[in-house]
Amino acid sequence: MINDHLLKFTLHLADNALIIGHRNSEWCGHGPVLEQDIALSNISLDYIGQARNFYQYAAQLQGNGATEDSLAYLRDAEDFKNCLLVEMPNGDWAQTIVREFLFSTYQYFLFEKLQISADQQLSAIAEKALKEVTYHVRWSSEWVIRLGDGTEESKQRMEKAIEAMWPYTNELFIPTSFETGVLVQSFGFDLSALQATWNKKVTAVFEEATLCIPDNTTNKIGGKEGKHTEYLTSLLEEMQFLQRTHPGAEW
Amino acid sequence: MNMALLNNHIAVDDSLEEVTKKVWQILETVSDPEVPVLSVIDLGIVRNIAVTQTPQLEGWGVSISITPTYTGCPAIDVMSMGIRMALLQEGFTNITINQVLSPAWTTDWMSESGKQKLKAYGIAPPKYSKAVGSSNAFQEEEIIQCPLCNSQNTRLVSQFGSTACKALYQCNECKEPFDYFKCH
Repeated sequence: MINDHLLKFTLHLADNALIIGHRNSEWCGHGPVLEQDIALSNISLDYIGQARNFYQYAAQLQGNGATEDSLAYLRDAEDFKNCLLVEMPNGDWAQTIVREFLFSTYQYFLFEKLQISADQQLSAIAEKALKEVTYHVRWSSEWVIRLGDGTEESKQRMEKAIEAMWPYTNELFIPTSFETGVLVQSFGFDLSALQATWNKKVTAVFEEATLCIPDNTTNKIGGKEGKHTEYLTSLLEEMQFLQRTHPGAEW
Repeated sequence: MNMALLNNHIAVDDSLEEVTKKVWQILETVSDPEVPVLSVIDLGIVRNIAVTQTPQLEGWGVSISITPTYTGCPAIDVMSMGIRMALLQEGFTNITINQVLSPAWTTDWMSESGKQKLKAYGIAPPKYSKAVGSSNAFQEEEIIQCPLCNSQNTRLVSQFGSTACKALYQCNECKEPFDYFKCH
């Protein structure tokens, strides 16, 4: 069972990175100013790098001729184990910033724990990626503060974006059986343990940005178990199109 | 890479030490495609070199461990290929290059001469990283010296520049925009 859990957990980490990386990359050529367009494209590149490392490891665990490419390009939506937050559409700049901030802060605290663990490969990837994730958190925090504590228009857009993204945040901390299986048994902690630290960081940045955490929101969950929104389906259609239409095509 | 000027070609009767030394010298000629003034040695990505005699192939084999600078940096594949090509040209027959992730690469592994070359090239070299991966580094601002006029009066334009390893700065004195090879 432990190996099945480990494979699913590794795929979950890979899918999270691939999907948010792809989403952010949709801004390439459309950013509000050149520097920020480049910044978001750089962040996407970091995520695709993370995804490749996790998929390579997953392919090794799975065997049967699986490769990083087959896992990324030839699985259907219900096989993807990413959380719903990362598949949310870009919306306006505010929504992209809020999604990036909430997710990268989560990834930061998760990888901080993962880098000290029983599984050498996962630790090595987390240790490596953590440095980059620190930059993602720093960049998105600054934008949250700038927009929240900005003009009337930017503040109102941030409030709307937080309202839209917040229902997807609880899923990050509600463990599936494969997360509990790996994290509790090999790493000695559970996901729910990260929530307080994450909340503290998010609250601190929101306060500086004169923004509030919404109360009484619903919980949208299911992504990690393969129950996705239609947004993922259309993302995959575009991302997987080439490999599905011309199997094995190479650049 | 300027192979014609090198005299690193190995011979079967060289000693292990001589061959290992030659490998390091050969790798000095392989450059980072994104920052061509830096060799893979300057960059600090070569973590280990193991040389073995392979009598059945009548030559030398070498196994090299390299570590990527950034997780998604496409240059690592180009550098890996560059290392292989350089070694093949110098007579190595059995070359293995593997990528190691841990311990994670840090800009502290960049050589001093590498940092000087960067500055001369117009890129502000990385400062010593003060544990970049710690949460109190979230909002920290660094003072970066302008590589052109040496002024400390500079400002951050963007934390992300033309490649994953660089941030974009501007000098408030000489007004020149410049890249900073950021701490990692």
